[in-house]
Amino acid sequence: MRPGVGLVVGVLLLSASGTGAAADGVIRVGSKSFTESYILAEVAAQIIEQVGEARAERRVGLGGTGVTQRAIESGAIDLYPEYTGTLAQVILKDRSLRTVEAIRARLVPRGLTIGDSLGFANTYALAVREDRGARLGLRTISDLALHPELRAAFSSGFLEREDGWPGLRAHYGLALHRVGVMEHALTYRAIASGDVELMDVFSTDGQLERLRLRLLEDDRRFFPDYSAVLLARRELAERFPRTWARLREALEGRIDGRRMAQLNALVDLDGKPIAEAAAVFLRGGAAAPSGTGSSRAMLTEIGVLTLGHLVLVLISVGAAIVLGIPMGIVAARYRRAGQLELSVIAMLQTVPALALLMFMIPLFGIGQGPALVALSLYALLPIARNTYAGLMTIDRTLLEIAWVLRLGELRRLLRIDLPLSAIAIMAGIKTAAVTTVGTATLAAFIGGGGYGTLIVRGLALDDTATILAGAAPAALMALAFHGLFELMDLVVIPRGLRK
Amino acid sequence: MSGIVPIAASVVKPSRVGVRMRGMIALHEVTKRFGETVALDAVSLEVRPGVTHVLLGSSGSGKSTVLRLILGLAAPDAGVVSVEGTPVDAESRDRLVARMGYVVQDGGLYPHLSAAHNVALAAEAHRWPRARIAARVAELAGMAGLDADMLRRYPRELSGGQRQRVGLMRALMLDPPILLLDEPLGALDPIVRAELQDQLGRLFAGLAKTVVLVTHDLREAARLGHTITLMTAGRVVQQGTLADLEERPASPFVTQFLTAQTLAPPAPAGR
Repeated sequence: MRPGVGLVVGVLLLSASGTGAAADGVIRVGSKSFTESYILAEVAAQIIEQVGEARAERRVGLGGTGVTQRAIESGAIDLYPEYTGTLAQVILKDRSLRTVEAIRARLVPRGLTIGDSLGFANTYALAVREDRGARLGLRTISDLALHPELRAAFSSGFLEREDGWPGLRAHYGLALHRVGVMEHALTYRAIASGDVELMDVFSTDGQLERLRLRLLEDDRRFFPDYSAVLLARRELAERFPRTWARLREALEGRIDGRRMAQLNALVDLDGKPIAEAAAVFLRGGAAAPSGTGSSRAMLTEIGVLTLGHLVLVLISVGAAIVLGIPMGIVAARYRRAGQLELSVIAMLQTVPALALLMFMIPLFGIGQGPALVALSLYALLPIARNTYAGLMTIDRTLLEIAWVLRLGELRRLLRIDLPLSAIAIMAGIKTAAVTTVGTATLAAFIGGGGYGTLIVRGLALDDTATILAGAAPAALMALAFHGLFELMDLVVIPRGLRK
Repeated sequence: MSGIVPIAASVVKPSRVGVRMRGMIALHEVTKRFGETVALDAVSLEVRPGVTHVLLGSSGSGKSTVLRLILGLAAPDAGVVSVEGTPVDAESRDRLVARMGYVVQDGGLYPHLSAAHNVALAAEAHRWPRARIAARVAELAGMAGLDADMLRRYPRELSGGQRQRVGLMRALMLDPPILLLDEPLGALDPIVRAELQDQLGRLFAGLAKTVVLVTHDLREAARLGHTITLMTAGRVVQQGTLADLEERPASPFVTQFLTAQTLAPPAPAGR
């Protein structure tokens, strides 16, 4: 990052950090988008509600450590479940930090703190299919060196993190021929069907038993300790001491690996709602018989998410229209500056949508606002580009005649240039609207709401029904927008231009 | 096609231009290049006020470039183009173009506007009251032989001849003293073309405007032009009346051009 950019980002970061932060009697609980994180966050939220010192707001299903870290540093969330290994390696970037105390000491200057271990460690582990492992006699990770032909699929986090595959490969001197990247929930299916033979798993995974996976022993002790802890902003502990004390008392040392795996299985395998799994833990008993009315709850949720999704699409496409058409006009008017301008917008487009959403976090925190900014930027290109193309393809004679008729700049733009470009401009707006309906599902990764909330949760829980409950309405909305804009053509495109 | 009514009063504000200069156009030693190509090579010509002057020549002879220079749509590389005594340059061209109406092949109409709206554009920019616009459009429609129904149509719903008449109406809306027409009948079939030539002839006779008409068609030049400039390859070959060209050809090319056209469709420009 260049110094200038760094400075701007830094200033915005500082200003953003003053905003959220338990200041308004609300504790914002975050989670990453996998079952265990959802459950622990829900447990924490229910405890906060029981204590009654503050309201709990759930900002769950955030897309990975990058998002949660920035969210908690900027005050967009106050608390979320994290692991000591991740804290040391990814957030503090210091492998030598092994104990909770050492990590805590380094977090305090950053305005953060952690409690003690919740009682279990969720370490990375490698797993093979039981039958394959037995046949090849695989017991330890070292044994893998003899079988480079095994087909492996790793989650993207594991594939990239230094404490994941890159470090492991170097540590053990492994060379697998085929290593793919796959969403975790999908890898379970792939390994069940035999398409994949080796995967990364978490040791508390609820699926291990059912899928008959063999965990390979970390015989040369590569994986660091991943004890679960609560990561919180320090001001949370200061402002709501009773709540923080109760959270620590109720959770620290209270969940062993077996218990966590059971809770995970309750959600992943038995299909219980996350809130129920959390309640089961807090009651200390077994699962109650499945409650009714969950489909009604789902419908209500889809209704709320539909509204959220509509807001995301309408506002961001609206903003992109308001900005994009003038940008297209400027580009057509001042050729050289225009090329520069269009190149910059095009470059924005090459940033993967998820990464663009991530960039928004230090600037605007998490939630709907930053999602709107990212989506607007994304919708800009088709609109600006098509406006430019529409203006540039107007018959030159018609423009010269406009000059001879002495129509004047503004009148020419409004009465001649833009109407003649209407078909191209509308096509750009249609493209922007339909793709934004799709891209907006990614907003859920930074807590932006919308249908993506269900897709992210469904992926985390490996629950196709939940994924479809988000994906199908999104597809319908895209169709609806397409139809709506076809109708709008009848109003916007001058009759004389219609085919 | 009848009912051609000359416009009684000038609609354009009376200018400071003297009567002698009104509508006059002159080119002096004008050269225009497009990259390596010389479009006009030291061309001089003068169009007297109130005269219909035809620029005759094959395609590529430079005749359309002359119109563009007069309009100020392009600037000469050397020489002077002047309109009503004022040299056309970056500073004067906005003012001078108000003295001119411009008609192109197939009308050059805006496809998204109705015929009436196309005609009314310039008057709207001048903030004429609606009633005045409507009256002027009706007057021009009568002149051009178009009825109200046709004026409500969009350009693509009109025939080529109708589009051309609408284009002419648009150029005449503010009653400029100069009318420039670039192959106005080029896109029309022969019968409509002959009909419109007759109509244009009567129209020009009634309007007392300076008209410069670009065409490759000798018959059109003969029918409409008081005077003719025959051009080839960016040069003026001869200027004069048709009789001058026929009886006192300045070069063998003149005779060649005239004979070729009386017998067959125009051949490519020879040199």
